[in-house]
Amino acid sequence: MNDATRQTCQQLLGDLSAYVDGEAQTAVCAAIEQHLAGCENCRVVVDTLHKTIFLYQQLPQPDLPAGARDRLIARLEIEPI
Amino acid sequence: MAELSDQELVARLQGGDKSACTICIDRYGTAVYRLALRLLKNEADAEDVMQETFLNAFKAIGSFEGRASIKTWLYRITYNNAMMRLRQKDPALLSLDETWAAEDGAVVVPQQLFDWCCLPERELTSEEAREKLATAVTDLPPALKGVFVLREFEGLSTQETADALEISTDLVKTRLYRARLQLRENLADYFAGAHASGA
Repeated sequence: MNDATRQTCQQLLGDLSAYVDGEAQTAVCAAIEQHLAGCENCRVVVDTLHKTIFLYQQLPQPDLPAGARDRLIARLEIEPI
Repeated sequence: MAELSDQELVARLQGGDKSACTICIDRYGTAVYRLALRLLKNEADAEDVMQETFLNAFKAIGSFEGRASIKTWLYRITYNNAMMRLRQKDPALLSLDETWAAEDGAVVVPQQLFDWCCLPERELTSEEAREKLATAVTDLPPALKGVFVLREFEGLSTQETADALEISTDLVKTRLYRARLQLRENLADYFAGAHASGA
């Protein structure tokens, strides 16, 4: 990787989060996509970043433990608010 | 009967209606508990923080002005209570978190370039992989974890997250980005190792 390419990679990294959220400006998206077409390392980072976010969004959410609601309501009965 | 709006709920809480407390707990208890659990990694501590959060909120409801939603306000109290508990348990964590906060402007450079996107679905969603995902997020520094959990798990907008954590929207964006890159790095290390050992 030469210095010019590395510089572009660092510029791309700064805009990456907005890009994966679809919030980057059109001109920024075009510049990123042009860079990705010729930079394998950045393409891997973008693809795996997308996948990371996707996997986290698929994780099951923890539930409230059994009895937690009732214990809180019981505490409200004895503590003045 | 139509469901109470949040504005009506707040008005009833501010009027001292105890039944509104139960409605509020039923509406937001799980979200408050989940945030506390993600921050504290411990079910008993998370339940304690959930209790403290609602007690604090109901006591202070008179000062709630409605600039943010009640949900965002509850998240803010939860986050502050959880941080206080973390600092009581490990005062060093505070300085570690400040170190992270001081690095908000720094550029994060990805190191692990293994392309794990095309691994078989069973590897990406295995029980072990899910545990790794969960561990990686609980190991994030609190400053990054708060932003990541509210944005990715609880679905808050950038503005709502900023309101809940009392930081700027720019800082939310920066910390979300840093959290995502750190998690990507951890997962890339994990999948590269798992793939190599399975090959």
